[in-house]
Amino acid sequence: MCTYATSRAAVSGSAKGPNGRWFHVTGATVYFDHPVHALAEHTLNIDLSNPTGGPSARVALELTAESARALVVAIEEALAAAGSGALVD
Amino acid sequence: MTTRTVHLAGHNGDEIEAYVAQPTGAAPRGGVVVIHHMPGWDRATKEITRRFAELGYDAVCPNLYWREAPGAAPDDAAATARAQGGVPDERLVGDVGGAAALLRSLPTSNGKVGVIGYCSGGRQSVLAACSLDLDAAVDCYGAFVTGTPPEGSPFRSNLVPLLPQLRAPLLGLFGTEDKSPSPEQVSELDTLLTEHGKTHEFHSYDDAGHGFFAVDRAMYRVAAANDGWVRIADFYAAHLGG
Repeated sequence: MCTYATSRAAVSGSAKGPNGRWFHVTGATVYFDHPVHALAEHTLNIDLSNPTGGPSARVALELTAESARALVVAIEEALAAAGSGALVD
Repeated sequence: MTTRTVHLAGHNGDEIEAYVAQPTGAAPRGGVVVIHHMPGWDRATKEITRRFAELGYDAVCPNLYWREAPGAAPDDAAATARAQGGVPDERLVGDVGGAAALLRSLPTSNGKVGVIGYCSGGRQSVLAACSLDLDAAVDCYGAFVTGTPPEGSPFRSNLVPLLPQLRAPLLGLFGTEDKSPSPEQVSELDTLLTEHGKTHEFHSYDDAGHGFFAVDRAMYRVAAANDGWVRIADFYAAHLGG
């Protein structure tokens, strides 16, 4: 299936992308759809990007649904461990 | 066979990139517009375009993401287009119309042009056949021809209101394990086309879901794909021949 549903989030941080270079990321696009590379029929896909850098300024993730949920838990755990200070830059 | 990359006039006269494959020889023949799947104007879709040349047709596959990402890798272009909301229906019709015009301008053209699309392109193939003068259309598991597109999808609506305007015979190829389109949505489309008196031929394959023609992906199903190619060849021979 194609879900065609796309969620977006504004993000601020950095990612290591094409040619091994770090770049500032400003947006995340999240969707459950066919992967380009992962050997699964559907994956949770995340594109971390900086549109000002052109289409290749992107770090792409294709995760199985189970591993995507595990990642969400891990992120929440890491933020919780940092305490309320994690909510402030 | 010869292949080349060209630029053609798409929607609003915008110049977009396209991949062309042609059989050798000067014999008159039909043309096929190949609409790529949501992952973009990729190597697998160009292989499909070449296959139509091998079947004896002039074939062209426009790069629907050219405006968002000229010259980008297909996966990057698809991600960029997706982040920007996808391809508007009106633009798709203009781009397919430009591709059909290119085919009809070729000295080998017999004047007949078919369209085929995969995944999101399946829906777009039906859309084009409801909007343009085409001679045959193939919908490979296109979602939301019927049914309700989800929030955040590039499609504002399904194509049910347009179906009375369908101008070409339609071949539909689907997998019974697909959820988008579901077997129920395929059945609804079948019923609506029958009610509108539209010529159509549907085949749904067991042990196949979405994307069963995609040879480089885990959803590839060789039996369904092989039979599907036979159906496509027969369908185009009947409607695009001299």
